[in-house]
Amino acid sequence: MSSGGDERVLLGHGSGGKLYRDLVRDVFVAAFANPVLERLDDAAALTTSGRIAFTTDSHVVQPLRFAGGDIGRLAVAGTVNDLATAAARPLALSAAFVIEEGFLLRDLRQICASMAAAAAEADVPIVTGDTKVVERGAADGLFITTTGVGEIVVEHELGAGTVRPGDEVLLSGTIGDHALAVLAARGEFKFTADVASDMAPLWGLVSLALEAAGDGVRFLRDPTRGGLTTVLAELAESARLGVEVEEAAIPVSAAVRSVCDLLGYDPLVLANEGKMVLVVAPERAAEVLAAVQSHPLGRQAQRIGAITGDHPGRVVLRTSFGTRRVLDMPVGELLPRIC
Amino acid sequence: MPTARVAELVAELAGERGREATFMEVCGTHTMAIARYGLRQLLPPGLRLVSGPGCPVCVTAIGDLDRVVALGRLPEVTLVTFGDLMRVPASRTTLARERATGADVRVVYSPRDAVELAAAEAERQVVFAGIGFETTAPTVAAAILEAQQRGLTNFSVLSLHKTMPLPLRLLMELGETPIDGFILPGHVSVITGTACYEFLADEFGVGGVVAGFEPDDVLEGLLMLLRQKQPRIEIGYRRAVRPEGNPVARALMERVFAPCDADWRGLGVIPGSGLALRAEYAQFDATARFAIEAGEPDEPKGCACGEVLRGVLDPAACPLFGVRCTPEDPVGACMVSSEGSCAARYRYRDVEEWL
Repeated sequence: MSSGGDERVLLGHGSGGKLYRDLVRDVFVAAFANPVLERLDDAAALTTSGRIAFTTDSHVVQPLRFAGGDIGRLAVAGTVNDLATAAARPLALSAAFVIEEGFLLRDLRQICASMAAAAAEADVPIVTGDTKVVERGAADGLFITTTGVGEIVVEHELGAGTVRPGDEVLLSGTIGDHALAVLAARGEFKFTADVASDMAPLWGLVSLALEAAGDGVRFLRDPTRGGLTTVLAELAESARLGVEVEEAAIPVSAAVRSVCDLLGYDPLVLANEGKMVLVVAPERAAEVLAAVQSHPLGRQAQRIGAITGDHPGRVVLRTSFGTRRVLDMPVGELLPRIC
Repeated sequence: MPTARVAELVAELAGERGREATFMEVCGTHTMAIARYGLRQLLPPGLRLVSGPGCPVCVTAIGDLDRVVALGRLPEVTLVTFGDLMRVPASRTTLARERATGADVRVVYSPRDAVELAAAEAERQVVFAGIGFETTAPTVAAAILEAQQRGLTNFSVLSLHKTMPLPLRLLMELGETPIDGFILPGHVSVITGTACYEFLADEFGVGGVVAGFEPDDVLEGLLMLLRQKQPRIEIGYRRAVRPEGNPVARALMERVFAPCDADWRGLGVIPGSGLALRAEYAQFDATARFAIEAGEPDEPKGCACGEVLRGVLDPAACPLFGVRCTPEDPVGACMVSSEGSCAARYRYRDVEEWL
């Protein structure tokens, strides 16, 4: 199989025959090179000690490439970050590709290269996978499903159920960047916007937070679809506690703010792919914030609010004018195919 | 002046009036800004803000929504619309539901995208659902002229456009809600200028201020209204609005459209308040090109959108509000449009109201 030009994925590449074997060897194994994958067994054997976390995600973002990366980087970051919310160090990923007949092979190689780069950043191998090719029109280019297994590195339970009044809410950086970068790449703004997706695997950042505070970290969640608002609203609902956040403390880049002003979007409900919300015991919050800020992906981290026993189930935002409003989950198809 | 200081001055002046004041914000974008920033919490008890008929999707009559749906059901038609319309309930369905069951419905941000679509898909009949006020109508007029220039024969518009001043006259004539002043629409006034509102002061003795959309702009608008010794029409949004408006955009609009009667949800048919394509542009008029059979409109039972749009009923006072009518499962348009007053009130429920 030659490396470039206009070669395309054919239905035969999904057949299980020779073309299939060539595709797996020349594209996937070449990109993700590691001893487990290279055995090309039907299942990868892994060794773990202790509790594991297990997660899966399908990626259907449109377009496949946008400022800040592509569907490949997204597929790895999304799954690593889901593992990170369980305080799990990523151990291995699988990747399943649904490819539309006619997809350019060089695009597939490029996407696999960026998956490999993101996996290297997160120090996790892609150890198994699958490929299906469907006829033209039956899928839109490429869909990728990644599954991840991780080793949980803490003894204590994390989750909304462990959160208490007085706990502090930290956010690892600016919000809204990913959603707007994807929209900009779709040509949905008739102006240029200086936004790039924030997508990045966050295990490194989360592990620093866990080292700094151990069982002081009570809840971790990455604000993807539905944005920060949805994470906080779900937290309030399942913890049966209130959340209070300060609008002025929530980092939003100037570019995101001005696009939102122009188009009427609320950055609080926009998707992110490289951010983490951390709820931390008050006595450890300063240490955790410093640890997060010491990581390159967390320099703009902020304390954005706190958990309260008042108004259980509700998130209240204090605006910069001193008024208060309730944050509620967004409804309906806000921005389809953003991740 | 810092926001808090403007709010204090508003409270002081409202207190000095010695009687209650009700101001109407006409534009849906103002309604959203007021709710989003919780501005009501900064106002003294005697100062009331009510929303008017300024959300274009909300004021579209249900019979007209049914015609949009009927067009979308024609097999040859690709129906193009702004996203706001997708989830608005027509008599028996929504465009979102129609799309899920096979209708070809596409969402765009600009009418020109619909022209591009027509050029790219010559075998489809591309119909743009034209909903909006003077802000939108010139851009649709420009799209029609572009389609003409490019010789496109598969592009047309269902014009449901409306113009702003006449419903304000009707509201004053109806006199159902005492209105002491108007926060006039910022975007519409960029096009129309302010002369068209002078009748409010001259004939009805009610002042108005054209305001911008930042919290400070809205508060400044209220402050200007409270400071008026004589009712008059003023501009607070000076960085965008001039008294004469934008004559070029108006000329464009008048070249393509002529006034027609329009059916407003809550207000009924207001003569001369709509915009229809002129006869010269009949080839781009969807009503001329297609036989639209929509059936009898069926207003949702108990829906009080009409009263809400006239400022007679506070959204939260509607018996359906937040119970049978929510943004997830809306009964009326005011709960679903991004500029609807019920949607604004529900989405940004005041802490006190909600907790």
